[in-house]
Amino acid sequence: MTEVKDIIKKENLVYSKPKVLTDKVFHYCPGCSHGVVHKLIAEVIDELNIQEKTIGVSPVGCSVLAYNYLSIDWQQAAHGRAPSLATATARLMPDKYVFSYQGDGDLASIGTAEIIHACNRGENIVVIFINNGIYGMTGGQMAPTTLEGMPTSTSPYGRDIKLAGHPLKITELIAQLPGTDFVTRQAVHTPAAVRKCKKAILKAFQNVGQKKGTQFIEVVSTCSSGWKLSPVKANEWMVEHMFPFYPLGDMKG
Amino acid sequence: MAEYRLMKGNEVIAEAAIRCGCDGYFGYPITPQSEIMETLMLRKPWEETGMVVLQAESEVSAINMVYGGASCGKKVMTSSSSPGISLKQEGITYIAGAELPCLVVNVVRGGPGLGTIQPSQSDYFQAVKGGGHGDYHLIVLAPASVQEMNDFVELGFNLAFKYRNPVMILSDGVIGQMMEKVQLSEYKPRWTDEEIKKISGTWATTGKTPDRDYHVITSLELDSARQEKFNHKLIEKYKTITENEVRFETFDCDDADYVLVAYGSSSRICQKAVTLAREKGIKVGLLRPITLFPYPTKVIQDMTKHVKGFLAVEMSAGQMVEDVRLAVNGKVPVEHYGRLGGMIPTPNEVVNALEEQIIKGK
Repeated sequence: MTEVKDIIKKENLVYSKPKVLTDKVFHYCPGCSHGVVHKLIAEVIDELNIQEKTIGVSPVGCSVLAYNYLSIDWQQAAHGRAPSLATATARLMPDKYVFSYQGDGDLASIGTAEIIHACNRGENIVVIFINNGIYGMTGGQMAPTTLEGMPTSTSPYGRDIKLAGHPLKITELIAQLPGTDFVTRQAVHTPAAVRKCKKAILKAFQNVGQKKGTQFIEVVSTCSSGWKLSPVKANEWMVEHMFPFYPLGDMKG
Repeated sequence: MAEYRLMKGNEVIAEAAIRCGCDGYFGYPITPQSEIMETLMLRKPWEETGMVVLQAESEVSAINMVYGGASCGKKVMTSSSSPGISLKQEGITYIAGAELPCLVVNVVRGGPGLGTIQPSQSDYFQAVKGGGHGDYHLIVLAPASVQEMNDFVELGFNLAFKYRNPVMILSDGVIGQMMEKVQLSEYKPRWTDEEIKKISGTWATTGKTPDRDYHVITSLELDSARQEKFNHKLIEKYKTITENEVRFETFDCDDADYVLVAYGSSSRICQKAVTLAREKGIKVGLLRPITLFPYPTKVIQDMTKHVKGFLAVEMSAGQMVEDVRLAVNGKVPVEHYGRLGGMIPTPNEVVNALEEQIIKGK
């Protein structure tokens, strides 16, 4: 019988954990998209060999602890302010690859001014925008991106447009700004989507290396806990409800 | 050769920043301090020293740019006036919690709310007692002249980096707007990457190199026991600062029966008041705190042995007077005299207040 140790050989290796991904166990819930996106960023940093040159800015929200998982230098911003930290960091150290990692509450609600102006100035940074239509960390409250009719703990009868206004398509807004170079909307719910999303992240980091201006990647994501669905059902719900309102694809660049 | 100029206090802040090797200024316009960013934009230091100057979309964003820049071990600063400083409090408490060095200039105007654009000293509590949420302190410097607006920029950065703590220059509309002769500082080059590594290499986010673990700038600690330990570490730091960094000046205090306590522009008015009072035969001195945190508490305690009363003079409803009272601890009378809303007290008013509130009151 073949022993496992006989299979673990260099020539049989088809995949290994990215070097910059730490060994810490993700605190994310099962089915959450954050872990996949973290891994993709780690792979891109490895492939471009830019660990020494990459500075991440983490938000307030579920991914506040992103700094536990990627062994690069990190700054942890106040809620919504990551683009401001990234702005100063990129301007003061122009040879670095600076990225902010933000959720929809962070980027599209409390940090709307910061993201719009950073993008409008064309700051040479990558923005990773995780949009799951809900506040995950605080326990499933309504986000600026929550769909009409979608129940959350602060819209228990479903988002009522008359009461709470419309879900905000901030990526469409950002694509209009002359400072942005590459604006795209991705997802990570299937192997094919993961590969496409990684390609977009790779392109964004390469563009920052070439000082092309702001790179903006929205990842439409699941929040099984907030949506109160199993991981598989959450993926299905996302395809059925989120994608029609937040269609995937490149908007610019 | 020393270089002298006639300049506004606000202009001097900008000039001093360029000359002391500041890496970045991030601001938002507000009266009465807009000349700081205007002077910088006119001087174009990015062509001269490589200093970054950026007009942010808000005071909130400006202080968070400072947070990002300070995280990189850079000498960064912002400036504003009272309503804008209120907006910056979120960023300031994060910077204090992440133990980062930076310089914040507040050219104070009257409040509350939008208040007035005229000078005031009504932000003392905010500057000295915390301002934002959580247990923290800024090191607070109170300039009383245009010369000190120049000198405290470099001093502020030195203290900020020595203690990894945000420093505030608590000025006011008088000092910011008035013109005086100033001896400008010598030019110092900005720190090189190597120098930054030497000074802040144990914590700054300059990119993870193979010779070290990765750096995280954060003020988050979810474990209560560890957060408490960190809070105690901060308290120890503030104790060290209090032991080593108290700065003050006294005028005619040696034989004084009464002492005026005043900082910033009020102290300039009080100098004249001391002269007027002495002409009347009243033995008055002046204590001018230069650092408001740490406060010259011990100096006041020592004075209570021979002084019959203190009058705190400030352009507020009575804020610093509380620190005088804490120091005096009931041993002799302590009173407050202040003008509000942008009104500036005259030396005669101060002498009258001393006679009415302290001498006759006694």
